[in-house]
Amino acid sequence: MDDVLTLSSVVARRGERTVLDGVSCGFAAGAVTVLRGPSGSGKSTLLRLCDRLDVPDSGTVSYRGRDVAEVDVLELRRRVGMVFQTPVPLRGTVRDNLAVAASGTDEEYAGRLARAGLDAEMLDRDARELSGGELQRMCLARTLGTDPDVLLLDEPTSSLDKESVRVIEDSVRAFVDGGGSAVWVTHDDAQADRLGGVVLMIEGGRVRA
Amino acid sequence: MIGWWGLAAAASLLVLAAVVSVVLRLGVERGIVVAGARMLVQLALVGGLLTLVMAPGRSIWWSWLWVVGMIGYASGVAARRVPEVPAIRPLALAAFSAAAVVTLGVLFGLGVFEVAGRSVVPLAGMMVGNSMSAVVLASRRTVEEVRERRGEVETLLALGLDRRTASASCVRDAMRSALIPQIETTKATGLVFLPGAMVGLLLAGVEPKDAVMTQAVVMFLVLASVSVTAAVMSLGVARRLFSADHRLLPLPAAKS
Repeated sequence: MDDVLTLSSVVARRGERTVLDGVSCGFAAGAVTVLRGPSGSGKSTLLRLCDRLDVPDSGTVSYRGRDVAEVDVLELRRRVGMVFQTPVPLRGTVRDNLAVAASGTDEEYAGRLARAGLDAEMLDRDARELSGGELQRMCLARTLGTDPDVLLLDEPTSSLDKESVRVIEDSVRAFVDGGGSAVWVTHDDAQADRLGGVVLMIEGGRVRA
Repeated sequence: MIGWWGLAAAASLLVLAAVVSVVLRLGVERGIVVAGARMLVQLALVGGLLTLVMAPGRSIWWSWLWVVGMIGYASGVAARRVPEVPAIRPLALAAFSAAAVVTLGVLFGLGVFEVAGRSVVPLAGMMVGNSMSAVVLASRRTVEEVRERRGEVETLLALGLDRRTASASCVRDAMRSALIPQIETTKATGLVFLPGAMVGLLLAGVEPKDAVMTQAVVMFLVLASVSVTAAVMSLGVARRLFSADHRLLPLPAAKS
């Protein structure tokens, strides 16, 4: 199976600290890759490098065989969607939030919400008044609005109720079944088992299978 | 006209301020006296130089040179007041210059004032002096807005929006913060306080109607210059917070 994202000898430093120390690994296309490791081990940094929100000090990150430094970064970020650990509502309604990713009709917005297990009746609600679970699901729907083929998920369910966790896992599984790829950072052993796929451990700035 | 006696008599008010400090043990009496003395020396120097610059028959280019010097000095002051924003001086220089071109261009271009040293230097002084706080406030608030809303900014970047769009809301809020004090001052003018230019004109014996007209023009000038400087600073500072490939760079340390 080809890798959709590849890291080659990637070194990333934060001040004096080396967060990633010569990491080389790949994330399979059309599958979920689970990324595990202790806090501060560089999991989030690795995801941010894949979305070019950060750049490595050395080494290369490639998307479908092309160095991300040579890809149009705005297009890259639309193809490689990111769901952050802390969901951030933008000002306005749920509809406004979805329109930021890609404007469309209410029918299209309803379709995006449905992919994240949310009802179309939410469109007029103030995004800042959603519960934690609803908000993270809306953020997933918002990210799906750019029609990505890779999802980077940085502990997206770490503070959610069981029902929201289940819905988000199902949504991402459906995304992968539809041909997408996902890289999911988690601390939760049970979740890693549920998600299946390849599990990569990151520790001491290095990745091992 | 105020003579030496008038000036000396008015200085008794400075002594009064120092006495208040002594009586209430505020410990700022020395500061009050030094500030008053320094102000007198500075005004005397400026007055002397202005007399040279504005002397009849003197080329108007001396006045414009004065304006350039004023803008250069003000940019340095702004850079010292906002040390947390790197390389802010050229940006402040651009902001003051843009405000000067726009506001003085309108006032002289439309014939509101005759182009003469007597009008160029004071109007530029009002423009620069009143824009200083907007320059400082817009710069600080832009950094703070982006810092406080980092998650929102990076969410927008991650959705494939460019740096300008991702920071637009922060820039708008920062500009609003920089403009509000001047808007409030403008609203209160005439009701809560009489501004300096108008008071000066009235004391100099100018008819109230003429003083009001002049003050209104000055207030328009100040509002426009504050708007232009705030816009240039907010947009410019925001641009410096991102890399060319639309990444949010590490933010400057917060001012303690």
